[in-house]
Amino acid sequence: MLDFIIQTSAVANAEIRKLMRDPTELFSRAVQPVLWLAVFGQVFSQVRGIPTGKLNYLDFMAPGILGQSILFSAIFYGIAIIWERDLGIVHKLLVTPASRIALVLGKALAAGLRGLVQAAVVYVIAALLHVDIRWEPSAVAGVAFGVFLGSCIFATFSLVIACIVMTRERFMGIGQILTMPLFFASNAIYPLELMPSWLKAIAMANPLTYLIDALRAQMIVGGHGIHSALVNFGVMTAVFLVLLAIASLLYPRLAR
Amino acid sequence: MRDLPPSCSIEISGLTKYFDHFCALDHLDLQVPGSSIFGLLGPNGAGKSTAIKIMTTLLDPSSGTATVAGFDVIDDAVEVRRHIGYVPQMLSADGALTARENLDLSARLYGLRGQLRTSRIDEALAFAGLESFAGKLVKTYSGGMIRRLEIAQATMHRPKVLFLDEPTIGLDPVARKTVWERLLELRQSSGVTILLTTHDMEEADYLCNQLAILHQGKLAVVGAPDDLKRSVGPEASLSDVFVHYSGAVIDQGGHLREVRETRGTAKRLG
Repeated sequence: MLDFIIQTSAVANAEIRKLMRDPTELFSRAVQPVLWLAVFGQVFSQVRGIPTGKLNYLDFMAPGILGQSILFSAIFYGIAIIWERDLGIVHKLLVTPASRIALVLGKALAAGLRGLVQAAVVYVIAALLHVDIRWEPSAVAGVAFGVFLGSCIFATFSLVIACIVMTRERFMGIGQILTMPLFFASNAIYPLELMPSWLKAIAMANPLTYLIDALRAQMIVGGHGIHSALVNFGVMTAVFLVLLAIASLLYPRLAR
Repeated sequence: MRDLPPSCSIEISGLTKYFDHFCALDHLDLQVPGSSIFGLLGPNGAGKSTAIKIMTTLLDPSSGTATVAGFDVIDDAVEVRRHIGYVPQMLSADGALTARENLDLSARLYGLRGQLRTSRIDEALAFAGLESFAGKLVKTYSGGMIRRLEIAQATMHRPKVLFLDEPTIGLDPVARKTVWERLLELRQSSGVTILLTTHDMEEADYLCNQLAILHQGKLAVVGAPDDLKRSVGPEASLSDVFVHYSGAVIDQGGHLREVRETRGTAKRLG
């Protein structure tokens, strides 16, 4: 078990060092939430066409944009994995006696920490736009946990896709195809109640819906989710464990 | 753990690998003596990389057996990994990390702990001649420096068998000679068995005690370089041996993926 922890933390540590040396990606990925919140959110909060209960529209969509930011950032994590495969880094990792689960989990945890930085950027933008944020430590910790887990889910999902498609060109195409449906088939920018039943069924199977539901309850004053925190985090944890198992099985394919 | 014949580090028997209907390895039998430098030669598509991938547990064979350092590559894959080092064809040290960080990552994945880890990292840096560059990002290194680092990285856990896939591809003549010296020094000091693939006949002649030439997935010939040359003709070179047994000219081209990887290596070398 100690070996497993050391192996996992070694991979995560290497990934985080790389991220800290080149933070430009974090800032470039901050542009999209700025546009959604400052442009789309501000305009749509004037329309008042979307019923969001007691919340104004900007407050309603801020957790959705945080979830979207996590999704868009983590979903392209697989590109880096394919790049590592082309350089032979994956081969070198796979000929070590390290557990395949530790190799994948280490990368997922690093993505989780990257998501926290992303969340800090969205918090700053939201605060500047006067979104009514809950600042109690327990609420911030709940958001941090959700963001961390959500990033782990989508980064691992991305790794699974990378293991299947194997090339950067194909991955870019698949990534584009997946992100927008995941985003629109969720409760990010409109409530589930507005959806037709078929779309609602898809949204209920979408882990992004559970992430945003948890964030909405924890992040916004007066916000509440349709599920309890236990259900949201329970579903997310189960999804992550399943994806982790699949990714660990598929990861060695990259070296074949 | 299996008993290998005395002083035999690798034993391959009837090893066969199919990719769909394509036979990449066809009943390969091979024995690699311990503490030797063994060269695997052959034209592109001969099955060299497939054989290395099976021996390093990256790929499962369709049939046959392979035993490395006394462990079966299928039944004892983790033990095989614990006892081997591997240097891929591409310059694969992580450019976004320093040499010390690259070594530290490997050391932790190989289970080296505490003071042993620190001392092995220092020894590896000294072996690679990179002590004064240890804190610099690897992407600022020359190709020769990266290759030396990778060999040090692959041997810091004291493997019994070291696999190198075209270790000097893309390196200039000076860097190439330095890598050769490091490999000879390593074999001399630790007794590690080295199995390498190469297209460079000078490299094979200079380094290897024994050579095997593969052709269309089959073993064409195996023997000491001088014996092989004599078998072809009194004035024969190793290139003549290669052409004689493989029926191919020495070609560094390869299929699309190999070309892309070689270009990637060249790009990283600037």
